[in-house]
Amino acid sequence: MLYFSRWKALAIVLTALVVCLCAVPNFFAEGTVKTWPKWAQRRLVLGLDLQGGSHILLEVDGNAVRKDKLNQIADDARRAMREARIRFTGGIAVRGDNVEVRVAEADTQGAISKLRELAQPVGGLAGASGQRTVEVTDAGGGLIRLSVPQAAITERMRQAVEQSIQIIEKRVNELGTVEPLIQRQGIDRILVQVPGLQDPSRLKEILGKTAKMDFRMVDPSVLPEQAQQGRLPPEDDLLMSAQTPKAPYVIKKQVLVSGADLTDAQPGFDSQRSGEPIVTFRFNTSGARKFAQATQENVGLPFAIVLDNEVISAPVIREPITGGSGQISGGFTVQQANDLAILLRAGALPAPLTIIEERTVGPGLGQDSIAAGELAAYVGAVLVIVFMTLTYRLFGLFANIAVAINVAMIFGVLSLLNATLTLPGIAGIVLTVGIAVDSNVLIYERIREEIHGGRNAISAIDAGFSRALATILDSNITTFIAAAVLFYIGTGPVRGFAVTLGIGIVTTVFTAFTVTRLIVAGWVRWKRPQTVPI
Amino acid sequence: MTHWIIIALAAFIVILTVLSVLGVIPSVRVVPDDTKFDFIRFRRISFPISAALSIVAISLYFVHGLNFGIDFRGGTLIEIQNKSGPADIAGLRSELGKLGFGDVQLQQFGGPSDVLIRIAEQPGGDQAQQAAVQKVRATLGDSVDYRRVEVVGPRVSSELLAYGTVGLMLAIVAILVYLWFRFEWQFALGAMIANVHDIVLTIGFMSVTQIDFDLTSIAALLTILGYSLNDTVVIYDRIREMLRRYKKMPMPDLLNASINSTLSRSIVTHVTVSLALLALLLFGGKAIHSFTATMMFGVVLVGTYTSIFIASPILIYLGVGSTRHGDESPPAKR
Repeated sequence: MLYFSRWKALAIVLTALVVCLCAVPNFFAEGTVKTWPKWAQRRLVLGLDLQGGSHILLEVDGNAVRKDKLNQIADDARRAMREARIRFTGGIAVRGDNVEVRVAEADTQGAISKLRELAQPVGGLAGASGQRTVEVTDAGGGLIRLSVPQAAITERMRQAVEQSIQIIEKRVNELGTVEPLIQRQGIDRILVQVPGLQDPSRLKEILGKTAKMDFRMVDPSVLPEQAQQGRLPPEDDLLMSAQTPKAPYVIKKQVLVSGADLTDAQPGFDSQRSGEPIVTFRFNTSGARKFAQATQENVGLPFAIVLDNEVISAPVIREPITGGSGQISGGFTVQQANDLAILLRAGALPAPLTIIEERTVGPGLGQDSIAAGELAAYVGAVLVIVFMTLTYRLFGLFANIAVAINVAMIFGVLSLLNATLTLPGIAGIVLTVGIAVDSNVLIYERIREEIHGGRNAISAIDAGFSRALATILDSNITTFIAAAVLFYIGTGPVRGFAVTLGIGIVTTVFTAFTVTRLIVAGWVRWKRPQTVPI
Repeated sequence: MTHWIIIALAAFIVILTVLSVLGVIPSVRVVPDDTKFDFIRFRRISFPISAALSIVAISLYFVHGLNFGIDFRGGTLIEIQNKSGPADIAGLRSELGKLGFGDVQLQQFGGPSDVLIRIAEQPGGDQAQQAAVQKVRATLGDSVDYRRVEVVGPRVSSELLAYGTVGLMLAIVAILVYLWFRFEWQFALGAMIANVHDIVLTIGFMSVTQIDFDLTSIAALLTILGYSLNDTVVIYDRIREMLRRYKKMPMPDLLNASINSTLSRSIVTHVTVSLALLALLLFGGKAIHSFTATMMFGVVLVGTYTSIFIASPILIYLGVGSTRHGDESPPAKR
């Protein structure tokens, strides 16, 4: 147990050294490290609880996605029936999870074959499941039922989450934050982590808006008051204004141009009138054409700019707008105009998002936590070192060296993995200091026992190591299992604890098997001791 | 300033090390070499005590319950710091009381200007929780610094609770399976009883102190589990070794010898872990206070006691070593 070949000793020293060196970038300022070669840039990332920031978990509204999908199918069915000149006697409506089409009984077969054309393979051309996006069944009596299989809904959901992530990325990046993290979680969730935000209100505001913008006509034939009393024509919507005091508007359902046709939106100030903040926008070619045509046909009539089912403004069309650009004024503040421009540029979310979890730590608390963690680490280390020195003297020194190397290696591995350091993570490291000496204690106590049992110094040391190492392995695996489970179930700070605990166990076992043994072996070779001073 | 303290401490450690290595300072012996304490006979006292304590802990759990934090109950937690001197908690309470949140708890947290506000989960799903935070921000305005805001919606909280519970079970099962492979089933069973004992007592502790029970508590429980088992495994390892070596020794003597020969290690290790935890408890900040306090109780008080007084003596009842005398196989050497 005490003999190391030259190469083996060299390999151990090199491994420990390289892993320790991986921690070096953490001691330099971020700007300095950035100028280094890429492989040398790996470093610890401070968790949100230490550097401050917001952790926001969003959920995509699955019901809205399903409803959207069904409405779209109803629209498609209506168009298909019109094209095929089949009269749908009972109308086309969404009922529960189905779209129902009622036609004259004689037309049923024709209608079914026409409606089947709407169905596409799930997952596009690459989708190999053989399932279709729409299933058409004959319910008898001229009633045709169109249903969407679960696979198609799931697929649509996946697309919606993916689109949402892209749009959120655009929106968050526009806020000028440093290194936001945006990732999918589970089936329908999106995690957004933004470090270093003092007040996440604006971030939440920007994340929470669907930003679905439409240009639609106001219906002048119905007064809003009449509509509020229930006389709302089926082709109209009754919408409220975005500004307070809330005012009702009767707006046609038909969309002239949608926000999807926007290519650009910028905040600005109204140069002609009051100088109030506005948002200017520009359409793409098809949007410009549609807008020009619509404004030509409706000169003198009011139209409405509708954002997330609220009327932002309803100006009267004074002349045809053919240039493909325009401006929105709605009594904005400068920040509102800025945010609206960001939202319009990034595009609309496919479905509303709900914030289901938020954890924000201010930079002040983060600083305090770092200071507290550092202090606890120093105090803990000093207490343990002093105790070990007093208990085992020379071997205590060996243990302290091994633990110091151990801690340096933990930082090295954490940096290598670009792991996140949290306050519980620091606690995990401090705890590892307390635990790492255990492997040394096990070895030393075993050596003492062997001496007590009548062995000479060198044979006792040898036996002590070989017997204790098996125990060290056994006992550390149990803790490692606990750490692994914790890593799996935990999030954020708790996961940080699991990471440092787990890595700490691995490095502890490594140092016990190699570094401590190497130190003691070196000492034995040098001193050829007759007695062991422990 | 900090640098000087670190340098002074480093110098102190170097001097201490040199002095003790040279033998000027005598080494501290925690446990004298030949301790022969009869731990096994002590089971007649320790088992009833443990049973009684477990019953107390369980009834506490049912009477007092646990102080579930927002992780598991949902709701909002806001830590504020008054910008101008000490916070007026009574004033804050009446102001926030007007917002109609139902259960609002205020608590001084750390310094006199720090206040922790807890708002129970609001009816109306996830949006309602966000609306509550906005109302608080609107009420308190800029006179305070928002140090921490945590909002957990109803669905996330129930998921976290399920994850936590499942995780704890999973850890116990995984560790048991491991022990079963490494040792015999009696050892795995003994360790499991010890495990449950640890968890029950720690939950009793959390119930008495009404420490926040949240995700970090689950982390603390899992760590306690890991370390208590770590200790148990060290003693079990020794018992297994002794079983192989001394085929004729009566079980109680063998168990006693195993515990006594690892006693010094148990105590030294527990001192070092306690020192590390003590540092965390005193200086690690209030954010992890409940975490370290729970761990201190579980690892230091319960863990050691369990491995020595419960996990080992119980092996007698589980029939470990009862078949040894008929064993014809040659002594295995590890």
